[in-house]
Amino acid sequence: MLMGTGLFGGILGAVLGVGGGMIITPILTMLMGLPIQYAIGASIVSVIATSSGATIAYLKDEMLNLRVAMFLEIATTVGAVLGAIVTGLVNSKVLYILFGALLIFSAFNMIRKMRMKEDQLRQTTPDKIAEKLRLNGTFFDKATGKEVSYTVTNVPGGFAMMFGAGIASGLLGIGSGAFKVIAMDTIMHMPLKPSSATSNLMMGVTAAASATVYYFGGQLQPQIAAPLAIGILIGATVGSRVMQILPTKVLRMIFIPVIGYMGIQMALKGFGVSI
Amino acid sequence: MDKKLKTEINDVEIMIGKVMQIGVILAALVIVFGLILLIATGSTGYPAGVHPTRVGAILSGTFALKPYAVLMTGIFLLILTPVLRVVVSIYAFAVEHDHLYVWITTAVLIILIGAMTIGYLGNR
Repeated sequence: MLMGTGLFGGILGAVLGVGGGMIITPILTMLMGLPIQYAIGASIVSVIATSSGATIAYLKDEMLNLRVAMFLEIATTVGAVLGAIVTGLVNSKVLYILFGALLIFSAFNMIRKMRMKEDQLRQTTPDKIAEKLRLNGTFFDKATGKEVSYTVTNVPGGFAMMFGAGIASGLLGIGSGAFKVIAMDTIMHMPLKPSSATSNLMMGVTAAASATVYYFGGQLQPQIAAPLAIGILIGATVGSRVMQILPTKVLRMIFIPVIGYMGIQMALKGFGVSI
Repeated sequence: MDKKLKTEINDVEIMIGKVMQIGVILAALVIVFGLILLIATGSTGYPAGVHPTRVGAILSGTFALKPYAVLMTGIFLLILTPVLRVVVSIYAFAVEHDHLYVWITTAVLIILIGAMTIGYLGNR
């Protein structure tokens, strides 16, 4: 049952481009009635499974910007530890409300993504910090067959956003890939493809920071997390394969309202209203 | 950048990928083994609602083949895979003679170790 959930979450996550946690926590809490703290603990393990599982599929990721990842990782890991400590202390109602808000935000974000056009290279003003830290990079664009060089800008802004992404990750057991992509793509003006690849690597490292806090704190239930992790590992591998043949756009259209609805439900549960 | 260094970096990157694969597969195998044990024995190895969270208890339980302890070991290995990624990245930057990023990546590793320590000590 849980393995099936993981499988489902993994495939869906890979196809829709959202972390498994976004799908798994609502299922565990709303459909299976688990306490949200346990769901969060299990979910963070699935985030690691998603991120590490992707490295099995691609031995070497050309899109990745390892410097950007490691530099920003300082912010996300510190945030994640803080979030993980706080999540053990706050009322579960607060977590429901926050998670609900997150889902609603994600639904809007997915709509925005659907409307967005392909990558355009933006002119960025030369950034002193980015040059000093050698964050500018190149990637090979398969679609056009060209090597693309890019520069990044507004490093402090991206760093601050990553700190917030880390807190959200530790607090709610999510990969917060969406926030990470916003930090790199929207704030730092890094092209979308390397942003997504880098965000996937960062998710795993960020999640590892909060996962150990949950792990030793007893918030991580082996009977829930283990079957989920295996399901996710298989699901993510299958998902990235079937992605090409599935009608992603149709799936998105079906799934956006579901995520939005789940978000409203969870928020309402947090406020003590049940429908 | 000279050619020799470039192929060396390329080799390192492929090595990172392989190390990661071995780590993930190992973690998955231990988890699957724990699940099989759990189903086969029909017992968790621990009283209802209890699972080991201390290193000593997990290790001794794993060697005693208690299903929950084996699962916890597998999950821990899975949690370690991104940490492994950070460790091998330090090595990769060192090969590139990129001292600044050796330090930055080491800082990330120290934060991760700090997180473990906080988790461990905070829940005694």
